[in-house]
Amino acid sequence: MSPDLLKFIFGRLGIDSLPLHEPILVGTFIMVALGGITLLAGVTYFRLWGYLWREWFTTVDHKRIGVMYMILGIVMLLRGFADALMMRAQQAMAFNGSEGFLPAHHYDQVFTAHGVIMIFFVAMPLVTGLMNFVVPLQIGARDVSFPFLNNFSFWMTVGGAVLVMLSLFIGEFARTGWLAYPPLSNIGYSPDVGVDYYIWGLQVAGVGTTLSGINLICTIVKLRCPGMTMMRMPVFTWTSLCTNILIVASFPVLTVVLALLSLDRYVGTNFFTNDFGGSPMMYVNLIWIWGHPEVYILVLPAFGIFSEVTSTFSGKRLFGYTSMVYATVVITILSYLVWLHHFFTMGSGASVNSFFGITTMIISIPTGAKMFNWLFTMYRGRIRYELPMMWTIAFMLTFVIGGMTGVLLAVPPADFVLHNSLFLIAHFHNVIIGGVVFGAFAGINYWFPKAFGFRLDPFWGKCSFWFWVTGFYMAFMPLYVLGLMGVTRRLRVFDDPSLQIWFVIAAIGAVLVFLGILSMLMQFAVSFLKREQLKDVTGDPWDARTLEWATSSPPPDYNFAFTPVVHDNDAWWDMKKRGYQRPLLGFKAIHMPSSTGTGIILAGLATAMGFGLIWYIWWLAALSFIAMLAVGIGHTFNYHRDFDIPADDVIRTEDARTKLLAGAK
Amino acid sequence: MTVAVNPTQTGEPVFYLADEHPHPEGYSTSLGFWIYLMSDCLIFAMLFAAFGVLGANYAAGPAPKDLFDLNLVAVNTSMLLLSSITYGFAMLTMQQNKVAQTQMWLLITGLFGAAFIGIELTEFTHMIHEGATPQRSAFLSAFFTLVGTHGLHVSCGLIWLVTLMIQVWRFGLIEANRRRLMCLSMFWHFLDVVWIGVFTFVYLLGVLR
Repeated sequence: MSPDLLKFIFGRLGIDSLPLHEPILVGTFIMVALGGITLLAGVTYFRLWGYLWREWFTTVDHKRIGVMYMILGIVMLLRGFADALMMRAQQAMAFNGSEGFLPAHHYDQVFTAHGVIMIFFVAMPLVTGLMNFVVPLQIGARDVSFPFLNNFSFWMTVGGAVLVMLSLFIGEFARTGWLAYPPLSNIGYSPDVGVDYYIWGLQVAGVGTTLSGINLICTIVKLRCPGMTMMRMPVFTWTSLCTNILIVASFPVLTVVLALLSLDRYVGTNFFTNDFGGSPMMYVNLIWIWGHPEVYILVLPAFGIFSEVTSTFSGKRLFGYTSMVYATVVITILSYLVWLHHFFTMGSGASVNSFFGITTMIISIPTGAKMFNWLFTMYRGRIRYELPMMWTIAFMLTFVIGGMTGVLLAVPPADFVLHNSLFLIAHFHNVIIGGVVFGAFAGINYWFPKAFGFRLDPFWGKCSFWFWVTGFYMAFMPLYVLGLMGVTRRLRVFDDPSLQIWFVIAAIGAVLVFLGILSMLMQFAVSFLKREQLKDVTGDPWDARTLEWATSSPPPDYNFAFTPVVHDNDAWWDMKKRGYQRPLLGFKAIHMPSSTGTGIILAGLATAMGFGLIWYIWWLAALSFIAMLAVGIGHTFNYHRDFDIPADDVIRTEDARTKLLAGAK
Repeated sequence: MTVAVNPTQTGEPVFYLADEHPHPEGYSTSLGFWIYLMSDCLIFAMLFAAFGVLGANYAAGPAPKDLFDLNLVAVNTSMLLLSSITYGFAMLTMQQNKVAQTQMWLLITGLFGAAFIGIELTEFTHMIHEGATPQRSAFLSAFFTLVGTHGLHVSCGLIWLVTLMIQVWRFGLIEANRRRLMCLSMFWHFLDVVWIGVFTFVYLLGVLR
């Protein structure tokens, strides 16, 4: 074939795009391929494709979509953590003339991929998954406002993750750091496909995130059950509302920044170039106007989880509900006024830096208020040290340390010393792991019985807990020390042998965290095997307080046979206290949205379009775009998108639960 | 939500609705669409901000004064404003259930919109022929991106308009179609408002600079 034709068909994709010369990648590929083939063969052998397609891939049920988000997050955690282990190993080895085991070209991709994956495809799916699963149940709704959109959002997130994962074996990923600052990320310095994978992976996933934000705001505003005023909403619902407002108000910024960067790269415009009037600094400003709210997008739902867990396991109403709500709202607003503290060293001048330093310190006030609310909730409570509560206490200790180093970094003169040092790395891992990850784990252990009908095994859960917590401190406390000694981030080799011991300690910490992750997987497996023993028949295994515990575990498709009516903040607690009798008669047909395959098809096409754009395969990009338009418009010609669950089915489901409850007594 | 949430006459608190009606179809749509519009508005806000930062960086290339033909822009602006008015007429006739007239006004709206896009493309081609390409300077990059993104939105609006005309023709002014026309109406007027910003900040202030 002529080279022109080849170039037309494959763009810049060729046999040399495959990383055959990198043994680590070839080995990984073989492992992943074997695992993938086994999985696919298993699904085929057990004839699960039809079941998966009908019951999961095309579902519009918020509970199942929530579970799928969680699975995505945990799978991507394994990838992101593999990157972390490689970095820790490299930095522990590369002393005394050793180059370590990762060449620069690969190492730079590893630290970029680690950051991108952990934020966008681990933390975000875990948080979105929990919100998706819990919020409609907590507000007594049957589903979200736009169930089809919810399915579509999920698959777009998967599409982004697929693109990022593809870069491992086809071509390469960005070597720019997780925010891809220009001019390094511009075409002159990064002419390969790495940054394009970054851009399109995030753009595809970003569409999903924005739409799911809109969806959850509408759900919380419009679908609350009767009696649930704003100030009676559970705190997790409140923090979810604020998080989704932040998503809608910040992700479009990311979309624009990445779009402008792609124009620079594809069209040759001059937004972020050094010449022709472009301004790379504008990129840094714009991306942090998204980036700072993003960290609150992640941590606010975690705060909500801790609030639910603290009051449930202390057996008390949450202390200072109102102040908790206002603290959340204040953090939401302030999160937009601090972005410049990420680059005090850019040279904006003393006044600007002071302003942003002070706003940053102010954020610690509402956060501190929350901390005291949790403490006072625990004060004189009957605390049960179940797993969710253990994660919460670990969070309180860890997050306070991370918060204080954050306030330290907020002082511009101190930041000039610590900017881009390992001290900063230690700080944000301290708050993200201590806040978001511990929060997600508290949430998983807390709501797992609700989702699957059996509790998680406490023994392996405790193993996971202790490995994670000790591993975290061992891995990151040395980085504070190294940062104070002036070690900067993203270094591959070191000259000063006296630093090595700290990196070795950190690497051991990372191994402990790895054991924590393995214990968690073990916990899932063991719990599944012991599911009869760990069964939750009551629907309320923790003696909890909010509405999601009023229905069965797992909840029926329609969540509640009758829409609940709320009289108090802790609605379910109030119902239990006042002798609520579960209705046994009078069930009616329930109106529900129908499943649709459009979401996964559209997201698949969007992923194909992204792939075409990354590799300059223009026909593929154009074709997928046109197909997306056709499928999207075609979908609007379907006017019948819901159905009735017949009353008989509802009666059957509810009778089964009545029997189960009678057996439990 | 005017449901009895207070204790019933017997004094027993009500904990669930024995008799409920599902939320009507499209119950959350207008709120959802508003929020979407605001997120879109943020996209334009960012592009305006980029134009504000880079708008004077001509890199020794052409400046607004050399490029903009205010007469043409005035014609173009009136096309878009007129299309907003005719869309308003379409909504009025929709309220009166007059299918044919609604379709007619939608068609006129579409023609005005197409005229707007046509004039914009002519302006762009003309500029590019003069060497004022998006690559020439940061000012031109920001200009083409801001105005082009608006044009892209109008083009999407046109595709949407045609789709809705087909749907009204096939299924009539049913509830779902009315809701969709309402959403497109908000979208269309929103683009009009954005254009007022473009007209003022990019063209008028650009020529003054």
